Amino acid sequence: MDATSFVTFLSAALFVIGALGVLLRRSALLIFMSVELMLNAANLAFVTFAHRWGQLDGQVTVFFIMTIAAAEVAVGLALIVTIFRTKRSTSVDELAQLRG
Amino acid sequence: MGGFTEVNLAEFLGILPEILVLLWATLLLALDLFLPGGIPRRSMSLLSAGGLLIVALVTVLMRPAEPQVILGGMVRNDLFLTVFRLIFLLAAALTCLVSVDFRPLRAGSEYYVLVMFAAVAMSLMVGADNILMLYLATESASFTLYLLAGVQRGDRLSAEAGLKYFVFGAVTSTTMLFGLSLFFGLSGGQLSYKAIASALSQPELRLPFTLAALLVLVGFAFKTSAVPFQFWAPDVYQGAPSPVAGFISTASKAAGFGILLRFFFNAMPPGVSEASLSWVWLMQPIAILTMTVGSLLAVVQSNVKRMLAYSSVAQAGYVFVGVTAMALGALNRAEALAAVIFYLATYMLTNIVAFAVLGVVEQRVGGSDFQHFNGLARRAPYLALGMAASMLSLLGAPPMVGFAAKVIIFREAIGVDLVPLVAIGIVNVLISVAYYLNVVRAMYVERAETESPLFVPSTLGSVVMIVAVGLVVLTFASEPFWGLALEAARAFLRS
Repeated sequence: MDATSFVTFLSAALFVIGALGVLLRRSALLIFMSVELMLNAANLAFVTFAHRWGQLDGQVTVFFIMTIAAAEVAVGLALIVTIFRTKRSTSVDELAQLRG
Repeated sequence: MGGFTEVNLAEFLGILPEILVLLWATLLLALDLFLPGGIPRRSMSLLSAGGLLIVALVTVLMRPAEPQVILGGMVRNDLFLTVFRLIFLLAAALTCLVSVDFRPLRAGSEYYVLVMFAAVAMSLMVGADNILMLYLATESASFTLYLLAGVQRGDRLSAEAGLKYFVFGAVTSTTMLFGLSLFFGLSGGQLSYKAIASALSQPELRLPFTLAALLVLVGFAFKTSAVPFQFWAPDVYQGAPSPVAGFISTASKAAGFGILLRFFFNAMPPGVSEASLSWVWLMQPIAILTMTVGSLLAVVQSNVKRMLAYSSVAQAGYVFVGVTAMALGALNRAEALAAVIFYLATYMLTNIVAFAVLGVVEQRVGGSDFQHFNGLARRAPYLALGMAASMLSLLGAPPMVGFAAKVIIFREAIGVDLVPLVAIGIVNVLISVAYYLNVVRAMYVERAETESPLFVPSTLGSVVMIVAVGLVVLTFASEPFWGLALEAARAFLRS
């Protein structure tokens, strides 16, 4: 197996681990960290392909994704803090007032 | 991209509407910060809406005659983008106007600025001609909407809606991003839609391309609240402030359809290679499931806000009927796309009115269940009339414009022999009679405990009445708008 496919499979594995974390974890913070893992899987894939094809576009894209991820942290943590203020908990099981 | 192309300053004129809205929003935010006491909320709402409407005028005046790819291949500026810009600007302006009297929304001027930022991001979503731009614009739009959903400070339901929207949104958009990274790899390191399309034909890449298309479709399905990614919609709409729910259910949904059409028809055009079949074949099942699940679940709701959420899922299903007709038919593709655009535009007007009235009932009567609408025709006749017009238009009853929009979509679908799909659509319209007319019945037939007149804020009341009258007038004066939609569709297909 050449390096490109190896790292592609590695990034796919990272993505799946992140997705499983989102599905299985109950704390909003840990779900959030799993989303970051999924984002980094995509980053790894972009870097790998950029290296494979000799195109810098992929590397530049990763910088943008990292910036987006930082903005996502700001928005996500703000919402988690709001939830924590009203419920004193960050477990997603507590997010059950809206249903029907 | 693929080799740096020099950017001409004149190219920035192509995104002038976005630049103007961004400047106006930033200016208002700064003024609010530095003026003693800040800008009063009523002026803030009028200034935001006025600015958005002026930019809408600029958008019309500056519409491009020919499709042009600008800013190093980032944005495709054509009439299709112009029409979507108008939808977003109008939706944002109406949302600003109906929000000012929504008392539970104790937000400051940042609320209006966020609505304007969202409109900018949505325009760029539809304008994107490049994977990177697509992702950046989608995320910018999502972030503002997460904040808007959770903007009602101290309100548990609003905070919960914001976080739920955020978690589902972050997961689906990251899934989309992973799919986009695969597209980048499979197309030999290219980011533009066109480069992806030219790499499609390699038969050994059919399976990876299919996988990548499915991952990207997850993100689009979330934005358009298509089944099976519709489950967030009722919770978010119910918890979010009503004007925001109206904005998310119309503008954000239209943006979702905009990127879906742009990406799939430019990067994976139907009929070019076997890999395109992956998404083409999925459109019909998605249309059937989204219509059916939406209307069946709307019937059993006792809360009007949740009913409207499921109804908006069903409405997305009807739009998918048009998308299916467009993907499967080769001859009447422009007409089918024009039908989709026309439907999205009329649905935007209708649903924003519905959520505006719902917001008044929520705060003045004390809840958003069907029983809270009892006797509204006596307590606030004009408001009830606006709500009835909106419900009949969503149902697709003549003489409302919703009727024309549905007829056109179904006509285009029959044109490509999708008779079973249209039959399922008509059955769903018949089911929807139950829940749309239930609101009308509560307002006009049921009696409320009290008959005292309901206070209706003047701005909101006039906006509701103007749009409600527009819903009837548009039916008889639809010709210029249909012509514009058709021109936009032709510009889209010329790429």
